This record gives sequence, C-alpha cells and structure tokens, in this order.
Amino acid sequence: MKFNRSVRIVAALVVATSLLAVAASASSAAPTKTKKVTIKVVSLIPGSTNAAFAQWNTRAKQFMKANPNIKVLGVPYQWLGNTFAPMLAAKTLPYVFTVPFTDARTLGSHKELADITALAKKLPYFSKYNPPVIAEGKVGSKVYALPTAAYAQALHYNRALFTQAGLDPNKPPTTWAELQADAKQITDKTGKPGYVEMAASDNTGGWILTTDIYSLGGRVESGSGSKTKATLAGNSYITQALNLLHAMRWDDNSMGSNFNLSWGTINQAFAAGNVGMFISGSDVYTNMVQADSIDPAIYGIAPIPTASNKTAVVMGGGTLAAIAPYVTNAAQKAACMKWIDFFYEQPLVNKAQAIANAKTLVANKQPVGVPTFPVFNKKQFDLANSWIKPYFNVPRDQMAPFLTGIFKQKLAPEPGVATQDVYHSLDAVVQAVLTDKNADFAGLLNTAQKAAQTAINNS
Amino acid sequence: MDTANPTASDMSAGSLGATEPGRARVHYHRRRTPVTWVRSGGLTTLLFALPLLLIFGAFSWYPMVRSVFLSMEMTPNLVTYTWVGLDNFRYVIHDPLLPIAVKNTAYFAFLALIFGYPIPLVAAVLMSEVRRHRGFYSALAYIPVVVPPVVSVLLWKEFYDGSVTGVFNTILGWVHMGPYAWLSSQQMAMPALVVESTWANAGGTVIIYLAALIGVNSELYEAASVDGASLWRKVWHITMPQLRGVMLVTLILQIIGTAQVFLEPYLFTQGGPNNKTLTVMLLIYQYAFGSSVGSGFGYATALSLMLAAFLALFSLIYLRATRSWSSE
Repeated sequence: MKFNRSVRIVAALVVATSLLAVAASASSAAPTKTKKVTIKVVSLIPGSTNAAFAQWNTRAKQFMKANPNIKVLGVPYQWLGNTFAPMLAAKTLPYVFTVPFTDARTLGSHKELADITALAKKLPYFSKYNPPVIAEGKVGSKVYALPTAAYAQALHYNRALFTQAGLDPNKPPTTWAELQADAKQITDKTGKPGYVEMAASDNTGGWILTTDIYSLGGRVESGSGSKTKATLAGNSYITQALNLLHAMRWDDNSMGSNFNLSWGTINQAFAAGNVGMFISGSDVYTNMVQADSIDPAIYGIAPIPTASNKTAVVMGGGTLAAIAPYVTNAAQKAACMKWIDFFYEQPLVNKAQAIANAKTLVANKQPVGVPTFPVFNKKQFDLANSWIKPYFNVPRDQMAPFLTGIFKQKLAPEPGVATQDVYHSLDAVVQAVLTDKNADFAGLLNTAQKAAQTAINNS
Repeated sequence: MDTANPTASDMSAGSLGATEPGRARVHYHRRRTPVTWVRSGGLTTLLFALPLLLIFGAFSWYPMVRSVFLSMEMTPNLVTYTWVGLDNFRYVIHDPLLPIAVKNTAYFAFLALIFGYPIPLVAAVLMSEVRRHRGFYSALAYIPVVVPPVVSVLLWKEFYDGSVTGVFNTILGWVHMGPYAWLSSQQMAMPALVVESTWANAGGTVIIYLAALIGVNSELYEAASVDGASLWRKVWHITMPQLRGVMLVTLILQIIGTAQVFLEPYLFTQGGPNNKTLTVMLLIYQYAFGSSVGSGFGYATALSLMLAAFLALFSLIYLRATRSWSSE
C-alpha cells in the first residue's frame, strides 16, 4: 500500500497535531486535577430513625456536591464517658467527632486532639465566638475544638401525667419544694414515678447530682488549675441535695424503682410516658424524636428550680467538634475542617445554610427549634433563630416556661478540672442514697472526696 | 514393646554403632547441622508453626510482656509513658475500691459456687438417667451457651427491669408482689448477676459431666442394682467417686473464671449500685478506660498482674493440696 508524498505529509501533520492536542490537554488538566479525599465523620446516635439518617445523608450529599473532591462517610456515634478513651486509643473514632465541654481542654493539652489553630483562625466568624464558649476548646492560644452547641440543664416534664395528676401543665414547679410535692402527687395519682434521676455508673449520676448541687448554691470544686480542690466532704449544699433525694425516694416513694438509668435510657423511659419529671440538657428533645419517637403532646420543659441565694445557678454545658490526632494528612485535615464549618457552624451564622438545614430537617420530620444556647453572642443567636422561625416544628408553646424563664437565670459552667472523674466519684453517692435508706452521707462524701481529689491531682 | 519400638536411648550412637556399623544412623547426632535440619523437613515444620507463633506472639505473648513494663509506667494520656517503678502497685494497694472489689468478687465466686456448681452436676446426673429425648434435653441445656453473652445479658436486663413493666416484676405483679428493684438494689444486684451467669454458663459444664458419665462403667450400676441400692446411693457411691477428677477440674475452672468475672457487672450494673457489684476485673477496666480523657493503663496492668499472680498461686496450692486426692 503506497501513499503519495502530500498524503504522507498531511497524515504526519494530523498525527502530530493530535499528539500535541492530547499532550496539551493533559498538561492543562494536570494542575486543576486534585486527589479525592475521603473523611470519616460522626453522624447520629446509633438507633436513630431512618428519617433522621435520611436527613443526615441529604446534608452530606449537599456538602459533597459543593466539594466534589471530598467524600464523606458517616459513622453512627454517641459520646460515652466509658467508651470514648478506648476508641480514641484504638483509633476507631472517625476523623471528626464531638466531645462535651468537660473534656476538650484536657484532651487538647494531652495532644489527643489535632491542633486546628491555623484552620480555625481562617474561618471568617472565628473572632465572633462567645469568649467563654470558645475557651472550652482552647489550650493557651491553640485551638483544639470548635463549639457546635450549648445547652442549659433543664427540667423536662410529662404534660399528660401532670394533667392526669390534677396539676396544671403550664405551671411546672419553680422551687424544689414544689417539685417534690408535684412528684408525690404524680405518683399518688398515676402510679408512675413523679421524679426520676439518672444514677448510672457512667458519670451521669454525678452529673445530675452536681446540677442539683449548683441549683442549691453549692459547688463541687474550688480554686483553679493546679490549686483545684474537690469540695465534696462536709459540703452542706451536697447534704441538702442528698436529703432532698432521700425524702423523695424513701418518704414519698416518688422516684420509681429503677435507679440505673443513664442519658439514653432515661430519654427512652420519658418518651414512653413512664417518667413525670427529670433533669437533663435543654436539647434532649432532639434525641427523643430521633431515637425514641416521643409523642410531642406530652413534652414540657422548664428551668430547673434554683434556691434564692446568690450562688444558686443553672449549670450549663455543650458540645465541641474536634479532629482526631491521627489525621495528619493536610488535605484530609482541611477537608475535616470544611465539614465542621458546613455541618455544625454554617447553620448558626449563614442565613442560606441555616434555611437549607432547617428545610431538610423539616422534610425528614426532624425537630427544628429545640431550645439551645448561644455559641456566638446573643444577638447572632436571636438572628439565626429568626431565619429558621418559619420552619419551627417543635411544640414551642409547650416549651414556653423554659424559653421565657431561662434567660432570667444565672448560668454557670461545669466544674473545670477532671470533671468526668469528679462526676464518677459522685455516681456511687447518688446510687447509695437511692438504694440504701440508711446511707451514711458523710462517709460516702469522704470516700468520694478522696477519689475526686486523686483524679484532680492526676489530671 | 521395647523391642518392637526402640526408645530414644536405644537409638543412641553407641548402641546403634555397636550393632549396625557403617549405617548412616550411626553418626545421627554428629551430623545434626542446620543443613540436615533443613533437609529433614525442618523448614516445613517451621512454616506450619509460623502462623501460630506469629499470632500468639503478637496477640498473647507481646501484650503479656508489654503489660509487665506498662505496670511500671505512668500513662496520663495515650501518648506519653513515664517510668514510675512500683508506684502503680502502691496506688492500687491503697485504693479504697480494691478491698471492695476483692470482697465483691469473692462474694460472686461464693454465690456462683453455691448456685452454679451443683446445678450442672444435678442436671447432668438427671439427664443421664433419662432414657428418652436425652439429646433434646442436652440441647436445651446447651442453648444458653450458644446465645452470645452480650445478648443474654441484654435479654436478662429486660427481665430485671426495675419498673412495673419489667418481665419479672410483671409476673410477680400477678401474685401481688413487687415491684422489686433487682439490679438497683444493693442486696439483690449481685445474686441477680449470679443467676444470669449460672443460666448462661451451666450448659457447657453439663456437657462435660454428661461426657464423663458415659465413661462410668455400667456394670457398677448393674451390680449395685443387684445389691438393691437406691438411685441416691448409686449416685453417691458410684457416680460421684467416678466423676471426682472431672469435678475437680470444673471446680478450679469455675473459681478461676469467677475470679475474673467482668461481663455481667459491666453490662448489667457497671459496678453499681454504690459499688456493690464492682469486681476486680471491672476495677481493672475502670482504671484503664474509666476516664473519658484516657489514663490509668499503668494502674490497670498493675492490678492485672496482681490478679494473675494470685490466680497462679491459688492454682498451684490447690493442685498440690489435691494431688493425692485426684490421683487416687
């Protein structure tokens, strides 16, 4: 087969041009093509409904659409005091996870969280965080976690049981004496426990007892830093709180017969209509919808009764998002921060994102408008709430006692040093009072004091 | 027998050399070099043993050796390790929770011995007497062992639910009893754990006893029957002495097992109420992982080594004390 010279020249030119074109396209594509990054992030509490997971998946898809080079894998997760450390040690926690206010600073100082200072400071709203709130995620000038939500401890009550017991569901108790009387009335009239308190050995027993102590005016620690002292032994406020529980348990018999409830199981019991009142964070309604299918009609929330003295306060808390220390790849770390920004922070600062988030929540029958507290300042908090107000689908009228009352209360942060260990030392105290009529308060508090002080010294 | 199968001493160079000069086996010991070892299939042997050695090394021996060192280190977090000598042991010995945990563990072991030890024996003896459907009863006894332990505990947690809607409380409610707090009661929590543990574990021991009962010579029972012995006398004078060896083994296994009880208190009560079900193993776990900010591996390994030493010593004393009895 023979070609004349002109054909061969044309053919050669075509081939050469094609090669050049391919080479040019390859070289022009090279700088823009970046490697796809996969990140594992925490999603929802295990056992959440399919609708809740559908809502989460929608948000993840929105993120991946906006960031085509990032792939997000959701891992169900619940922070638990007795499983978090082993999971972190075993590197089985996802790259992005949440921790309570109580732990982030200790974990950061131990280098058990990734240092995200540089990435965090690039966020346009970084300087607008409420200073005491962002302080929960900082060690010195270094940032290890970003606040995502804040709450105040609150009294959750079953409006249906209130009505059955002849109480006004719009007038929840405002003093501990009223709470005790209402609890007794609920038990007497309905046979259900009027007031239930978490008392499990996973630090939740101590957490709620500390909330009670704060509301009466007491504290469980004094001083700060290396001079911190546990103040459990001989503390009259703690004795007062224990006497109150003892009276409800043994004199009124209004606390039921299950004294092993924890954060999740007390939510279940309440959603099932088996609890008159209990204390937990103001935002637990979300979990009761996501995991326990609560009937919204029964739900009521009010501020915790506080004593009239000057030191009586409502204890607050919150959640921070952090990146695992084993995420060392810069691209992955940056992708993790983008996720934290998108998923947790943007709905608090960006109108379009706040509305988009609220719309997906409503579409999947997830709660919008659950009482929380300002992560930024109060002005920003009110502004963000005004954006999503049209999408509120929780019974805000039934939450009125809390929403109108809480900003009149004084809020205080949780104990600052070895917090979870101090709670753990109090677990046994609250259990003893609820399971032993003749419990020796002084002896119990002396034992707890030693354990708490040892933990404080070691931390 | 000796002549048909020469022993190792018979195969010594001297004896073989004297009887069969010139054969390769004469210089067997002198020629046992690496080359001969390879040629005689040593590499194949090693190859087959390697996975076992690696797995045991990585997951059994290394952690054991590492834990000895870890027991003398302070681990305030999961990154830094500081050598502290015997401080961790001192801390554990002076911890007020240790005597509570030891006492609770002993109480669990005692209750398990009272309830858990005779029940499988009685069940096995009764089942061996049953002539029909023996397989069915064996399966029935063994099913709880097949159920994953965590599932068993979660199941029994529903039974023990302290509210009026709990399974046991509902049943007792029909006869106007309760509701009882079960796991939330300082008095009832530990017995409740033992009952579940016995239910969950008895099946395995029943099978061991049943297997041992098959080995008992039936002629003994026939002879006893001829002599007019009752069922009870047959059990007492034939079955029990014949099972003595097995009973010793199951007893020591049970004591070692109950000394390390963890699953039940961890899943049922996490040591509560008021540390009434805190066992030694649970205390070890709490040292290691109880703090959400991760510390205390040193304390945990120190107490682990103390427990291991105690159990080794106990086993040694027990075996020595019962050697004459078991070899009768």
